[in-house]
Amino acid sequence: MVSRTGNLTEDGIHVDMEHLKKGEVNLGTSIMAIEFDGGVILGADSRTTTGAYIANRVTDKLTQITDSVWCCRSGSAADTQAVADIVRYHLNLYETQNGHPPSVKTAASIFQEICYTNKDALTAGIIVAGVDRHHGGQVWNIPLGGSLHKSKYTIAGSGSSYIYGFCDSYWKDGMTKEEGMNFVKEALREAIKWDGSSGGVIRMCILRKGEKPERHLFLPDEDYASPVKSA
Amino acid sequence: MTSIGTGYDLSNSVFSPDGRNFQVEYAQKAVENGPTTIGLRCKDGIILACEKLITSKLLVPGSNKRISTVDRHVGIATSGLVPDGKHFTNRAREEAISWRRNFKDSVPVSSLADRMGSYAQAYTLYSSVRPFGVTAILGGADDDGPALYMIEPSGMYWGYFGAATGKGRQAAKSEIEKLNLTDLTLLQGVKEAARIIYVAHDDNKDKEFEIEMTWITKDSQTATAAATGSRGMVWNGWVHEDVPRELLEEASREAKKAVEEDDDDEEEEPKTEKMDEDL
Repeated sequence: MVSRTGNLTEDGIHVDMEHLKKGEVNLGTSIMAIEFDGGVILGADSRTTTGAYIANRVTDKLTQITDSVWCCRSGSAADTQAVADIVRYHLNLYETQNGHPPSVKTAASIFQEICYTNKDALTAGIIVAGVDRHHGGQVWNIPLGGSLHKSKYTIAGSGSSYIYGFCDSYWKDGMTKEEGMNFVKEALREAIKWDGSSGGVIRMCILRKGEKPERHLFLPDEDYASPVKSA
Repeated sequence: MTSIGTGYDLSNSVFSPDGRNFQVEYAQKAVENGPTTIGLRCKDGIILACEKLITSKLLVPGSNKRISTVDRHVGIATSGLVPDGKHFTNRAREEAISWRRNFKDSVPVSSLADRMGSYAQAYTLYSSVRPFGVTAILGGADDDGPALYMIEPSGMYWGYFGAATGKGRQAAKSEIEKLNLTDLTLLQGVKEAARIIYVAHDDNKDKEFEIEMTWITKDSQTATAAATGSRGMVWNGWVHEDVPRELLEEASREAKKAVEEDDDDEEEEPKTEKMDEDL
């Protein structure tokens, strides 16, 4: 069997970039998550494709895992939904068994374990972000191979390649909520502009300690101008 | 124990008509004669201490430990049957390791106590096993700070400010109750623990003994690893380790002195009472 994660031949490692199964639904995506002064902000575009066809133009790639931990999904829609469901099950069990909610780190490490042990079968690039009692807001990135990286902000998906420079230039530590939202929105606007596989609306989720998740929606027909608070 | 001979005490998993499990009660008896063992939950850490009677002059001082490390941030002291204690401790270690594997984090003390409580309880259910002949005092620290639990042969466990088990538990408990454990520091706690072990020893004072004492602290002088944030060595910064030798020796000296002075006072007391009568 030809490996999905790369084949070594005499002229180097070859990775099949067209490894999706025929008709598989892909999240050719722009996703990101940042830490800000009071917590974390997750952001994503909303395009889902099967090849050139846009299967869903208003997808919600921001998925709730526990009360205070969410994730951004990229790669195969089916794979990442399945992984998120499994992790949600484990973390729910954790909370009932131990009497306290799992930390963001614990959530991220369960995502990683699944992504790493099944790396040959999965196409899943996931960002885990959330807040917990003791360590506040955190952002963790789990790229394709199943490694785990903590960072102050992280970008992922096909559209992210276009905004490394943007994010590096405009990032600053300890932004306010408004500054953070603006950073995420402008970065995703660029990603959508340049990446053919990203598009649609911009979705956001803001998580702060002891507060309910706050969802926002920005529409392309208004040039992503006004935030629409969504349910 | 009037029920001896009725047959209901021969097996686990058989209730007596009045709803008791005698095997568990016998296991508790095994602990009641064990060495006095105490745990103190101080403001800035945990102290575990144990009175170790010297059964032979041939034993190397400090050998046959009854307090052991479960994980870097957790210690366990057992009183009762030594091999049962070893097995129980090893199970706690496995639980701690398994937690690390699953969650890449150090196990919260409450979760470990819960797992160990369930483990002990499982040994009260089946006729093929007997309950553990130990009471374990489990101390550790996590994101919520220091925590102390005591797990009994029945599987029952509670969280404590101060816990005592073994032969001198009654005396030790009444001494612990006098302490203000929400304000007590580890350094003060070491002296109190040593004193309590000496006080509780009173009844069999002719026997030689040594004190085994460990603590769980955030200011370890011996642990050289850094508490790292994300990957690599997962550690919350708390260490279970022996109380530094000089500190323990000083505490023991002071404790011995205090207890001897107390004894002298007691001898004088009857005289003063008589004088009162004369007046």
